[in-house]
Amino acid sequence: MLKLPIYLDYSATTPVDPRVAEKMIPYLVEKFGNPASRSHSFGWEAEAAVEEAREEVAKLVHADPKEIVWTSGATESNNLALKGAAQFYSGKGRHLVTVKTEHKAVLDTCRELERQGFAVTYLDVQENGLLDLEAFSAALRPDTILASVMFVNNEIGVIQPIAEMGEICRSRGILLHVDAAQATGKVAIDLETLKVDLMSFCAHKTYGPKGVGALYVRRKPRVRLTAQMHGGGHERGFRSGTLPTHQIVGMGEAFRLARLEMGTENERIRMLRDRLLRGLADIEEVYVNGDMEHRVPHNLNISFAYVEGESLLMAIKDLAVSSGSACTSASLEPSYVLRALGRNDELAHSSIRFTLGRFTTEEEVDYAIRLLHDKISRLRELSPLWEMVQDGVDLSTVQWAAH
Amino acid sequence: MFAPVYLDHNATTPADPAVLEAMLPYFSTQFGNASSRHEYGRAARRAIDDARAQVAAAVGAHATEVVFTSGGSEANNLLLKGGAACLRPGLLAIGAAEHPCVLKPAEQLARRGWTLEKLPMDGDGRIVRERYEAVMARKPKIVSLLLANNETGVIEDIEPLAERARAAGAWFHSDAVQAFGKLPVDFRRLNGAGVHALTLSAHKMGGPKGAAALVVDKRLELEPLIAGGGHERGLRSGTENVAAIVGFGVACQLAVERRAALAALLTRLRTQLEQGLLALGATLFGKQVERLPNTVYFAFAGVDGETLVGHLDRAGYAVASGAACSSASPEPSHVLRAMGVDDELARGAVRVSLGRGNTEEQVAGFLAALKMTVDRLQRLTAMAV
Repeated sequence: MLKLPIYLDYSATTPVDPRVAEKMIPYLVEKFGNPASRSHSFGWEAEAAVEEAREEVAKLVHADPKEIVWTSGATESNNLALKGAAQFYSGKGRHLVTVKTEHKAVLDTCRELERQGFAVTYLDVQENGLLDLEAFSAALRPDTILASVMFVNNEIGVIQPIAEMGEICRSRGILLHVDAAQATGKVAIDLETLKVDLMSFCAHKTYGPKGVGALYVRRKPRVRLTAQMHGGGHERGFRSGTLPTHQIVGMGEAFRLARLEMGTENERIRMLRDRLLRGLADIEEVYVNGDMEHRVPHNLNISFAYVEGESLLMAIKDLAVSSGSACTSASLEPSYVLRALGRNDELAHSSIRFTLGRFTTEEEVDYAIRLLHDKISRLRELSPLWEMVQDGVDLSTVQWAAH
Repeated sequence: MFAPVYLDHNATTPADPAVLEAMLPYFSTQFGNASSRHEYGRAARRAIDDARAQVAAAVGAHATEVVFTSGGSEANNLLLKGGAACLRPGLLAIGAAEHPCVLKPAEQLARRGWTLEKLPMDGDGRIVRERYEAVMARKPKIVSLLLANNETGVIEDIEPLAERARAAGAWFHSDAVQAFGKLPVDFRRLNGAGVHALTLSAHKMGGPKGAAALVVDKRLELEPLIAGGGHERGLRSGTENVAAIVGFGVACQLAVERRAALAALLTRLRTQLEQGLLALGATLFGKQVERLPNTVYFAFAGVDGETLVGHLDRAGYAVASGAACSSASPEPSHVLRAMGVDDELARGAVRVSLGRGNTEEQVAGFLAALKMTVDRLQRLTAMAV
């Protein structure tokens, strides 16, 4: 029996893997010590668990555990990376470069930095969602201190050329920050070879709990930051506040499982995603958003032309999907990511993000395909625009009368 | 193997079994992102709304006055730095014995043009009223004082202090992390007296680590510390930690239901503990004034606190030699210094903080272990001299 609604929104958040939850629970009850308590076994036990988890997070991305700073999530990591670096290096320059399709956590932080007197360049992406390296290179200035580019886009799943950008930035003496919230467990990340200086992670997109993330801060060459949260001097002064042991343990276990299983898991998910794409490709007037080659296997973002977005969402209530990124979907603004690809508002509104994951089954994918076929044709039957298109009217030539 | 006895509840507490049970579904079946519009997301949003109502009810606040954060440190940072960002730099007054997560942000502000005044404490650990008056006359813009001190447990009578601060035109904040769950805390009443914001934390009162709240009067304007998405009415962005927030809500409800019974238990145990300590010749800090019913802060002359807690740990009793957060610094407690305790006695400081699971037998066992340890350490010291 299928459980409805079918969850196809793994890029918004994932369930905690049962193996992860099992590891977390003791740290809420019997092993509940404060890792900062230095005078008794409860504290030491918690501290040891925190350090073990730090090693697991470091291992997934080939970093030194000393380069991992715990935070409350990727949003905080992005804030700490951008504001911390901008403030620390403001004597060197006051310009930053980022991309129009970044997550709000980066874009809103950049807006705040602009109010603090920094200048920010927001780069366009190409039609496939990827950044043009020449445009990127050209945007870097002598006073640029940091570039921030996400590894994997949350809406369209495209993978940016981080390795090449790292080379460019390093040769120019510019720090590179990468938001990897959507990348862990989906693409291999090797910080020994990538010339990335700061990288944001979170647990809850990789089958760990919400409320915990990390910031990678490179030690060689050493990257420095101005702390944003002050207090007891936890995390070597980078980030004060009691460490939530159970959540950190959960992130460590989630990242350990990702390291061990991502190879086989991603192939299984890729097959399901391709099955979904094949199943939907025979619907007329559908458009895939974002490059299909440089893309994580979990993501499919499709625009269904001549269907009204809200009606579509209502019609496919049996699918838990996203029509934009989770953080912006409360408003009815068309997705700024799809707009950046050059999609018009109507197409952006009628696009659906399907993100598959560890617990997605073939049966669920097949159900989704059938449901979409059925609902799209029904919605189009009701659509006067669709009727006009079927009659051969070129809508772009129609003169619409104002009411 | 014997289980050590935990007597360090001011550092952190275990999550109550009912709290854990309430949290578990939010890891597995109800795992949605509260910003998602589908049923998984809406269920998560409802859970957060319910928890917000529970937290608000526990302190007599309105749900819209509760801003969830990742912890007490973040809430204090948000209030101080976020509040200061909406004002022109001026005078900021805090207690000299505040927690580092108020002291350090205040010191940061002092580097950005604010004038920082650390209000002196009397020998019992309370704000010196004449000095407070003198600072208020200088019209501070923000005043932040602990409701109950994490080391000494000394309770500050903040209502008259807040009234005076309001008359001076200041925003008044109180870190109530240690008080909440042990004392009745009524934001409506405190707000009436001029308290504009309170910090609460889940893991100090039977909830999980990773959830806390700033309860804040909406007239107090704040700039967010964490941008990106506009969660928590724009005051704190980032995907909500649903499970921990749910746990916090349940812990609040339990705290209200159990407060009277817990206070009675703690008071009985503390009396037993203090009588024992006095019989052993200990000095008790803050003894003359009202303190949290669970906290005893003491020292034995000539016995080093770090050494003593190490021996007690080996004897099976987990206590603290100072605030958990200020790590292994050899500096004597800044709280005791602010109270005018001489450094040598301060280096002997040991904090016992009782909690729900503790019993009279445990306290008696602790006193016996303490007596043996202190006797031995004092004999060693005597031999060395």
